[in-house]
Amino acid sequence: MSEQGLRVLVVDDERAIRRLLRAALTSQGHTVIEAETAQAGISAVTIEHPDLIILDLGLPDLDGIEVVRRLREWSTTPIIVLSVRSHEDDKMAALDAGADDYITKPFATGELAARMRVAVRHATHQPTEPIFRTGDLTVDLARRVVLIAGREIDLTAVEYGILKALIAHAGKVLTHGHLLTHVWGPGYQNQRHLLQVNVSNLRRKVEADPTRPRYVVTEPGVGYRLIEN
Amino acid sequence: MVGERERPNPDALLTQAKQEESRAGKLKIFLGYAAGVGKTYAMLGAARQRQAEGVDVVVALVETHHRKETEALLEGLPVTPRRRFEYRGVVLEELDLDAVLARRPQLAIVDELAHTNAPGSRHARRYQDIEELLAAGIDVYTTLNIQHVESLSDVVSQITGVVIRETVPDQVLEGADEVILIDLPPDELIKRLHEGKVYVPEQAGTAIEKFFRPGNLTALRELALRHLARKVDRQMRTYMGAHGIPGPWPAGERVLVCLAPGPIAERLVRVGRRLAATLDAEWIAVFVETPEYSRLPDAEKDRIVRAQRLAEELGARTETLTGISPPQEIVQYALTHNVTKIVAGASRRPLIERLIRGSLVDWILRHTENIDVYVISTPSGRSASPATPPRRRPVALLPYAFALVIASAVGLSGTVFPSRLEPVNLTTLNLLVVVIVAYYWGRGPAILAAWLSAATFYLAVAPRLTVRGVVSPQFLLTLTGLLVVGLVIGTLTSRIREQAQAARAREASTAALYALSRDLAAASSMEEILNAVTRHISSVFSRQVAIFLPGEGKLEMVVQSGDFPFTDNERAVATWVFAHGEPAGRGTETLPAAKARYLPLKTAQGIRGVLGVLPAADTLPALGPEQRHLMEAFASQAAVAIERAQLAAEARRTQVLQETERLQSALLNSISHDLRTPLAAVTGALSTLVENGNALDDATRRELLETAREAAQRLNRLVGDLLDMTRLQGGALRLRKAPADIQDLIGTSLSQLGDAVTGRKIEVDVAPNIPLVSVDFALITRVLANIVENAVKYSPPETAITIRARSVGGNLEIMVADRGPGVPESNLGQMSGKFQRGRTGANNGTGLGLAICRGFVEAHGGHITVENRPGGGLTVFFTLPLDGGPPEEAARIPDERTRSEGLSRR
Repeated sequence: MSEQGLRVLVVDDERAIRRLLRAALTSQGHTVIEAETAQAGISAVTIEHPDLIILDLGLPDLDGIEVVRRLREWSTTPIIVLSVRSHEDDKMAALDAGADDYITKPFATGELAARMRVAVRHATHQPTEPIFRTGDLTVDLARRVVLIAGREIDLTAVEYGILKALIAHAGKVLTHGHLLTHVWGPGYQNQRHLLQVNVSNLRRKVEADPTRPRYVVTEPGVGYRLIEN
Repeated sequence: MVGERERPNPDALLTQAKQEESRAGKLKIFLGYAAGVGKTYAMLGAARQRQAEGVDVVVALVETHHRKETEALLEGLPVTPRRRFEYRGVVLEELDLDAVLARRPQLAIVDELAHTNAPGSRHARRYQDIEELLAAGIDVYTTLNIQHVESLSDVVSQITGVVIRETVPDQVLEGADEVILIDLPPDELIKRLHEGKVYVPEQAGTAIEKFFRPGNLTALRELALRHLARKVDRQMRTYMGAHGIPGPWPAGERVLVCLAPGPIAERLVRVGRRLAATLDAEWIAVFVETPEYSRLPDAEKDRIVRAQRLAEELGARTETLTGISPPQEIVQYALTHNVTKIVAGASRRPLIERLIRGSLVDWILRHTENIDVYVISTPSGRSASPATPPRRRPVALLPYAFALVIASAVGLSGTVFPSRLEPVNLTTLNLLVVVIVAYYWGRGPAILAAWLSAATFYLAVAPRLTVRGVVSPQFLLTLTGLLVVGLVIGTLTSRIREQAQAARAREASTAALYALSRDLAAASSMEEILNAVTRHISSVFSRQVAIFLPGEGKLEMVVQSGDFPFTDNERAVATWVFAHGEPAGRGTETLPAAKARYLPLKTAQGIRGVLGVLPAADTLPALGPEQRHLMEAFASQAAVAIERAQLAAEARRTQVLQETERLQSALLNSISHDLRTPLAAVTGALSTLVENGNALDDATRRELLETAREAAQRLNRLVGDLLDMTRLQGGALRLRKAPADIQDLIGTSLSQLGDAVTGRKIEVDVAPNIPLVSVDFALITRVLANIVENAVKYSPPETAITIRARSVGGNLEIMVADRGPGVPESNLGQMSGKFQRGRTGANNGTGLGLAICRGFVEAHGGHITVENRPGGGLTVFFTLPLDGGPPEEAARIPDERTRSEGLSRR
């Protein structure tokens, strides 16, 4: 499956949004399937087997987060939530329920396309490549070596663990809870200060200017994201 | 000769102005000395005349008592119907205040100023109804008999033998704009009475006969004439003062009333009041609390407290002094307070005591030069309140037993060891015993000890000094000396002790009051005030306490200590107290069957609530008058504090309301401008493209689309701002606090700004070792982004923006400074108000930004300030408390731990 010519299911009750998405996505070479309600959306997933789902949260019959939860019980199709709800709690809930990404309306179609690419790539091939490169940052996952502009840097185990988790989901938001559980282990979900301090230390080592990070960026109130170029 | 006139006296001008301005309506009182002199007739005559002049006159209430002449005068005058209602099965008629207020005449006629309204009326008394009419700007004509004037009521009772219950405060009469005396010679009045032209209530026939005796009437007539003459005199002086007319001004007189226990107390107060009113002088009621006072029966103490309260009601200042000798204290006080006249009761002490210790009057005359003394005789018979027989306290026998044992033991030791103890030693020992007994057990036992000392001394020494059966005169002298000195020392010592006790008791009361007022001053909320009051009262008086405040339509118990039994019955009592402003319930004369005693929480503005007190156990003794007085003081302190809290809450509500209204109107303006402008740009661009898209070249199309996109973004920002503002205003802002790194906060806000800050030089200066700060990351990022965006927008592109973070005294202080034009000093203070733009120029914001920032920062417990930067530009500071987050040490330890586990990179 390539990143072009995807079958995209748009679940949104607003005709204007569906029309806009149809125009934008079709012009990028994708095929658009439309659903107005959560029920129609869920049955469309079973019948049409889309490559990607763009889901609104404010659906007339069922809350979008519940839709994510139900779909995740049997489907791994990437889901991008597209909603007017901009609060961190909503983002966190959607991501924790299993959504791959979250975009708030109003949105730029360019950004949507970029997030779609990331989501589909993660869904199709696991990051088994031993070497990850973005900008000046090179990480050799097999040898556990981190280079900045070719110069080797020294990371603690925790810092490396965070970086590795972010690389595994490069381009996607990882929630605080996800990172804490993966790097420290279960039971650390609420130890936000650990994460904060270690991310700061990590940035000091990998970023040229830690106050304007290029690689490890913060999603306020939600988590962190590793930016790929 | 205007030039030679004196300058008008400013105080007099003020008095006059106050009288003229204090209320809108004018009050005219038709004053008579008895019923039947023709007040109502004269009043109606005057009203008709006013009506003829074109004044809108309404008869609100007139009692014609079916007299034809009076009824004839009512012809042609509009009459408002009376309010009829049923009370306990009887249909009553009262003045319909609301009807008159609604009718809004220029002049209302209301008969019988002294009338007491039926229960259930708005005001207890008709003069209060009239005050309301006056306050509403309606002139009032009314009638009054001289016997109903408060300060004269006791004189009237003395003259006529009739106790006057319906009295009107003197201020009402004094505050009247005009008083017209309706006079009729007594003989003629009596003739009218016999002709049946004077209204006589049927049930009071004989009493009225007694009342209308020529002697009584002449005395009352004189009283009325004199009273009015004084008022006229005062008016003249006010006039003279206001117009700078020189005259023999009376020097500032000051009257002191010496309150004394006994039925005379209230009389002294009334006399003092009359004297002070005549002289237009300030007056003070002073009571000297002597050690004897503590031995008075409770009823007597109560009477003093009542007299003090009466004095306060009649406009006096009251003082309580402590001392042994009232004359000395009074003179001392009078001299230091420039008192010119003293009113005192005639001494009721036995002649002997007066000769020894001197009477008050003698003392004053001997020790002062310019003070006049008015001596009032003790009233006898009818006007005196029934004297309660002095209740004898049960005598404690134990102290006497102690005195007996000690004095006998010491005294008899002289007989046992005659050779060891010389008579001189024995007298010293005996006196010592008397002093000790007096100090520990008081006067009675001391006197007993003195007598015993003398007796034992006689027994011990007489055998030695008796020569041939004859007692030597020297011994007799010693014996007498011992007895007298013993008695005197005993009395003095016990008195010192009593005074010390009294002082301690007063000290304790003062300390208790002080403790309450200190706690009340510190209390910031109604809840704290109520808790402080109940805590103090229940601990000082060992009572269960409850406070009732008016809730929705009825009194609600808002706080209680212990288990206060608030039954319907008790609620009724509390409600009565709230309505009447008088104490009621247990231990009072009103509704004494109630379980608890209820005190009104009264302030000058009105009644704020009710305090209920209940003995913690039935076995506890009832409160004495001093304690009741103290509790009343507590209640009034509590009332003031509660009023303060209520007013503050009211002010806050009003402020919030005003703020909301202002916001709403500003929002409407904002919507019309800030929402429509970008909408116009979007629709304009899009409709152009739809209608003549084909005719446009690529560059124009691109430009139109870019315009639409920018306008849409602007709309989006505005909607976001409005949503935030609504969350802040609605109190719906919930903080999701989590530890955050300041560098991350700055970095994230800069990356959020994206294109807006690309190319701008931004200097970030974060002090090392700033601990994590516990904040809502998203909100604080928005604050920072907003401030930085403003700085970028308002400063020249080539200048740098400085962001600095420091840890200052437990706070994280973040500063954003630019080199823009700054803000005029006058605007600095108002900035960060809603819809307030500090700077003018090219901007497209609503001015909501800084207000939202302030709201977010303050929700975190921080502050935001704006200053002009030295050397040009604007600096915005905001602080965030650091103690909310975990200390840096704790945050770093787990990291160290994992590090030491040594997972090597290689």
